[in-house]
Amino acid sequence: MREYESHLSKAFIIVFSLVCVAFFSVPLLWLLTAPFTPKTTLAVEIPANPTLENFRRVFDNSFAIRALFRNNLIIAGGAMLMVSTVATLASYGLSRTRLPGKNTLVYVLMLFSSVVGGTAAMVPLFLLAHNLHLIDTHLGVILVLTGGLLPAAIFMMRDFVESIPRSYEEAAIVYGASPLRIFCDIAFPLIRPGVAVVAIWTFVNAWGAFLIPVVMLRNPKNMPASVALYSFYSEAGTPIHTLVAAYAFLYGIPVLVLYLLVNWRFGFRFFGGIKS
Amino acid sequence: MAKILLEHVTKRFGELIAVNDVTLEVHDGEFVALLGPSGCGKTTTLRLIAGLEVPNAGRIQIGEREVTHLPPRERDVAMVFQDYALYPHMTLLDNIGYPLKVRGVGRREMVGRVTEVAQKLQIGDLLQRRPAQVSGGQQQRASVARALVHQAQVFLFDEPLSNLDAKLRLEARAFLKHLQREVGVTAVYVTHDQAEAMALADRIVVMNYGKIMQIGDPLQVYSRPANTFVASFMGNPPMNLLPCRVDLAAGKIIFDDDYMLDIAAHRERWSAAISNGPQFTLGIRPEHISISPTQLPGTIPSQVYAVQPLGGEWLVVTQVGRELVSVRLFQDEAPPLAETVWLRFDLARTFLYGSDGELLQ
Amino acid sequence: MQFGPLYVSDTEGYDVEKRPGIFSGKIGVAFLAPALVFVAIFLILPFFWIFYLSFTNRTLTGITAAHPEFVGLANYERLFDTDRWMRLGEFGNALWITARFVLGSAILGQAVVGLTIAWFFYRRKGFLRELVFTTAVLAWIIPEVVVAFAWSAFLDVDRGTLNTILAALGLGKPDWLFDHPLLSIIIFNTWRGSAFSILLFSSALETIPPSYVETADVVGASGWRKFRDIFFPLMRGHILTDLILITLWTFNVFTPFLLTGGGPRFKTELVSIYTYRTAFKFFEFGKGSAIAVVMMLINLTLAMGYLIMLRRQKVAS
Ligand SMILES: Nc1ncnc2c1ncn2[C@@H]1O[C@H](COP(=O)(O)OP(=O)(O)O)[C@@H](O)[C@H]1O
Ligand SMILES: [Mg+2]
Repeated sequence: MREYESHLSKAFIIVFSLVCVAFFSVPLLWLLTAPFTPKTTLAVEIPANPTLENFRRVFDNSFAIRALFRNNLIIAGGAMLMVSTVATLASYGLSRTRLPGKNTLVYVLMLFSSVVGGTAAMVPLFLLAHNLHLIDTHLGVILVLTGGLLPAAIFMMRDFVESIPRSYEEAAIVYGASPLRIFCDIAFPLIRPGVAVVAIWTFVNAWGAFLIPVVMLRNPKNMPASVALYSFYSEAGTPIHTLVAAYAFLYGIPVLVLYLLVNWRFGFRFFGGIKS
Repeated sequence: MAKILLEHVTKRFGELIAVNDVTLEVHDGEFVALLGPSGCGKTTTLRLIAGLEVPNAGRIQIGEREVTHLPPRERDVAMVFQDYALYPHMTLLDNIGYPLKVRGVGRREMVGRVTEVAQKLQIGDLLQRRPAQVSGGQQQRASVARALVHQAQVFLFDEPLSNLDAKLRLEARAFLKHLQREVGVTAVYVTHDQAEAMALADRIVVMNYGKIMQIGDPLQVYSRPANTFVASFMGNPPMNLLPCRVDLAAGKIIFDDDYMLDIAAHRERWSAAISNGPQFTLGIRPEHISISPTQLPGTIPSQVYAVQPLGGEWLVVTQVGRELVSVRLFQDEAPPLAETVWLRFDLARTFLYGSDGELLQ
Repeated sequence: MQFGPLYVSDTEGYDVEKRPGIFSGKIGVAFLAPALVFVAIFLILPFFWIFYLSFTNRTLTGITAAHPEFVGLANYERLFDTDRWMRLGEFGNALWITARFVLGSAILGQAVVGLTIAWFFYRRKGFLRELVFTTAVLAWIIPEVVVAFAWSAFLDVDRGTLNTILAALGLGKPDWLFDHPLLSIIIFNTWRGSAFSILLFSSALETIPPSYVETADVVGASGWRKFRDIFFPLMRGHILTDLILITLWTFNVFTPFLLTGGGPRFKTELVSIYTYRTAFKFFEFGKGSAIAVVMMLINLTLAMGYLIMLRRQKVAS
């Protein structure tokens, strides 16, 4: 039916698409120009003399650099390892054992985690970390993030696991393989794309986390980049725009790269399709 | 090699009884086919033997050992799955060698044994490929090779040919028959294709609704179906089954009130089995009916419904009263058929089934 | 949660549950155990703890930190004190702002934008679609402090990109964050979260067999008719699922704080921000928990409502 579309509707498609693209991208344009602009500005303008001076000054701020290249990597990497390991095991176990109502259970857990995992549970999570002596540790942040992200991760992973034919594992069983061996030899290699997707999804979520680290961490040396961004404010409490922009630029790049990676390897979509 | 024994085995899934009180012995070295329509419990029976399901009642024995509650790995069985269950991320070599790897056989010995089996199955050149890179028939051989490498006492096949197209299926059938003669293992082979069962098996077990309907060698099951279900399932086209009454005194079989067959000459044969009951079913294979363009003694009139050339033979479907009767004619030229033709039944080759569907003679 | 899962399915329509386990229960539990521990400690335990805390006067420091007292419903009475609860900076005010925020940015914003874009690009492949989806997804996944910062530059009165464009069109230069703070965060959150609905609805549309649409094309149905008669009925379940999730997320979202700090004069103080302020600025954990309890109860009620609708529509179809 596309062939019959008139020039008018073709023009309409293009206009509509451009409006959408503008809506989503224009608010971010400033982030692309400001880091390369010598003087502080809020306007989007292609700098006449593009400069890397802002980045140099950002790298002089050892606190912010440590936040970005150490703390953020620890937190996001830790949460990524934790969530993908636990979610992989859980979704496999869930899929391969008989447990009535397990679909509903996972769904309810996911709804539950979006309620409890939000701001509502900050107080008990803080107290919990306090009692476990995890305040001001990266481990504490990682554990709390993992708890909140896990249900959704299991939810995503299940579809990858369910897509493996039962006969694969049954054949292995007949030939004498143990459950652990089946998991390592057969199930895991086949759900690796799912593990990758969940790992990246977790990484990106934890990479951007703000509220949980703010609540759980004390020492500025432990803070992630989301908090360290505020170190580019002047004494008077106003942001030095070019530096903030340069830092935000560095902070946002890994997310962009991971997005492109997922999009290239798997196609960014709802993994596993959806059922109604 | 070992025999398999199932005694009063029952398997339920909730309300549904998938396998209903099945008793069956597969002899040492015998090739038995489980045959029946989709959903009749064939796969479940096979999985019970493999240990992938546990029965609700009854016992299962392999060789001299009771295995009813043993896990699959302790049963010493090999299984070929309907979808082959070849692992997409492994080469054929690793797939076929997987049972050996699990058993802890060293890589070098594994490669040697896999190569040997693969040569025999003519997939020796493909061992470095992944399953997705070889044809369906080759995948099927690879899954058989994996079972062979396992060197189990018992082989289980779950419709291994059903995913192949018609031509490949015939080839693979011949290959399996050849292999069976050569290896001579005890095997249970599940299929819904009666021709496949006939071609391959030493004995056929026909199932329906989880129950065994008949056990026998292929010719026996074909030529003397024990009940109307088996009669309608075996043969292509299947046997004609016509509801009828029998009037023994008059020496007649009557169907549809108007149509009669004179059985006076065969009274001896039938009188033992029947009393003058009202409802029976007469069974006759299409090849045991002949057609005459004119009325002759002992024929009944019928309307021609459809004529189908089958190459070297013809299938003529005629209508007798409310019933359709298939007739198979082995000849090259088209049968000269008017609207009405007369059918002669070869009475010596008819079967009479009681109202419970069981064979009467 | 900063952004939601990339994958959503409904609970039913799955027969995998009926398939037998290939492992015994014991081994299954071994695989599940780590997840169960996490869920128990970091989801279930906090849930009940909040209820307990809301009946105490627990604070961060001082005597009531070590020895909190049971204060009954005192925290709730302070929240619902009818004299003052609708004043700026109080609980009722925060709830009312949140309600408008959810309605505006989740239901009217994200769901409508998502459905429109997904529908528009149904069975249209190509560069333009990729571009729209990519920009939408980036808006969704870039760290929240980064987008908040970009938006504060975007909305700047004098030099911000938005006002530059508006001024060029002769539409003046409103001070967005000062004069229209709630509208600003509604638009911001719509921008931020629409990708989820776009992706969900696109996937849902792909599950509709092309033959359904082609049949309608053959009889010459208009676009709107096709939507109303074919797509909408088939997508009702997905729309409800989408609404459940984005409502809950929007209700709990904290990102607007990074843009407005809850101001000016509490005009964008969402319940999540109010909780944060109470618990972590004034360190009144008891009262903060009481707010959280009310918040969770509202959330659970909303979720139940949607789930009942979902079930009803399943039964109907
Ligand atoms: N795991 C199961 N749970 C519930 N019902 C099942 C299960 N496996 C098989 N069945 C049912 O048992 C019956 C027999 O199935 P099966 O043995 O697979 O039949 P066949 O292989 O003869 O087609 C079918 O009705 C099927 O739906
Ligand atoms: Mg089957």
